[in-house]
Amino acid sequence: MTRQVILGATLSALMITPSLAAEIAPTDVTYVEGAIEASLTGVPGDPVNGKKIMTTRALGNCVACHPISTMPDVPFHGNIGPELNGAPDRWTEAQLRGIVANAKMTFDGTIMPAFYKTGTFIRPGAGYTGKAPEGPLSPILTAQQIEDVVAYLMTLKE
Amino acid sequence: MKLRTSALATATALGLALTGMAWAEPVEDTLTIETDDGQITMVTTAPAPAHLSDVMDTIYSGWHFRDAETRAMQMDDFDNPGMVFVDRGLDAWNAALGKNGESCAGCHQSPESMAGLRAVVPRVDEKTGKLMLMEDYINSCVTERMGLEAWGMTSKSMKDMLALISFQSRGMTVNVATDGAAAPYWEKGREIYYTRYGQLELACANCHEDNYGNYIRSDHLSQGQINGFPVYRLKNAGILSAQQRLIGCVRDTRAETFKAGSDELKALELYVASRGNGLSVEGVSVRN
Repeated sequence: MTRQVILGATLSALMITPSLAAEIAPTDVTYVEGAIEASLTGVPGDPVNGKKIMTTRALGNCVACHPISTMPDVPFHGNIGPELNGAPDRWTEAQLRGIVANAKMTFDGTIMPAFYKTGTFIRPGAGYTGKAPEGPLSPILTAQQIEDVVAYLMTLKE
Repeated sequence: MKLRTSALATATALGLALTGMAWAEPVEDTLTIETDDGQITMVTTAPAPAHLSDVMDTIYSGWHFRDAETRAMQMDDFDNPGMVFVDRGLDAWNAALGKNGESCAGCHQSPESMAGLRAVVPRVDEKTGKLMLMEDYINSCVTERMGLEAWGMTSKSMKDMLALISFQSRGMTVNVATDGAAAPYWEKGREIYYTRYGQLELACANCHEDNYGNYIRSDHLSQGQINGFPVYRLKNAGILSAQQRLIGCVRDTRAETFKAGSDELKALELYVASRGNGLSVEGVSVRN
């Protein structure tokens, strides 16, 4: 019984601690000409989860603005942004990570929202409630979700 | 810096190539409405007002960006669900609502006396120097002449009355003043229009100036013209005022919104209305 508890605690410590220790907070990210060289978490991204994030309205919702020809099953892709299929042929992983985290560091003045940024904003709200936030803002996506999206984008070689 | 420039150039080239394929023109169509008094044709496409000459040549009513079914609903008053609210407004107009039995009709006779008002508000009131929405004019009557508590800016009573009064100007040309006493309000509204609010950092202009004609999911982005307000919005199955629509847009940028009737949204409504100077008043229009 005791052994199981200790084992469980050790396992969860092993699983959580490395990622927490390595995770880079939104305000600590270093952009080099728009790119982020290192993983934000040190944990490899999961492309399957990345795809889900990109098509989920409450998460990344990338399809709202981008056509993504590898997702024919998802209806009504937007066309504000460029087609994402072939993205890794045009950009390195570090550049894609930077664009997903804060595209304005690569494209000055772009309409694309920053998905890993917590400030400074003009009149930020509590999500889509229209109300003022009660505490500090969270980025739209977590560090690992950013890595997951980048992992999926890296599968889109044409 | 070099990379940023070349990256931007690449993205622009790609973006142009792609949006060139997928961009959907505002639909070519003419809005002729069957009414009780015969047909009237709306001006839904017009040369952009001079103050927009740097950013666009042509202004389009939001009607051109809606699907055929939604457009058709506005082409016959019998099919336009917004007319129910005009009728409700007419009932209220004639009713003895005031503390001492005053009615709108008692002072203003028939609602036709309001013809032309929708086309020129928001405007600065000559006497008070304040920027007035139509809601503000209605509330000044409700409180000062009828002795009642002010109606809520987005209340049913208010929106029924907005529908009735706007309807009296249908087919007239939007022509709000941007100069003189209106100038400081207009400038403030313009500044708000180009401010990137909320966690999504979106200004009105990002969608409705830079990207009208493009799609966000299935939503065909219009120029955000408000000549059709108040609108019957199918999504809400009810009347929506311009103030409500502006609140909704700001909220959708993950921002803390402004209140209906706030100085900010009054100024913004004036500025947005001025971008439609030259289009017909369509209220009550139908949108999705």
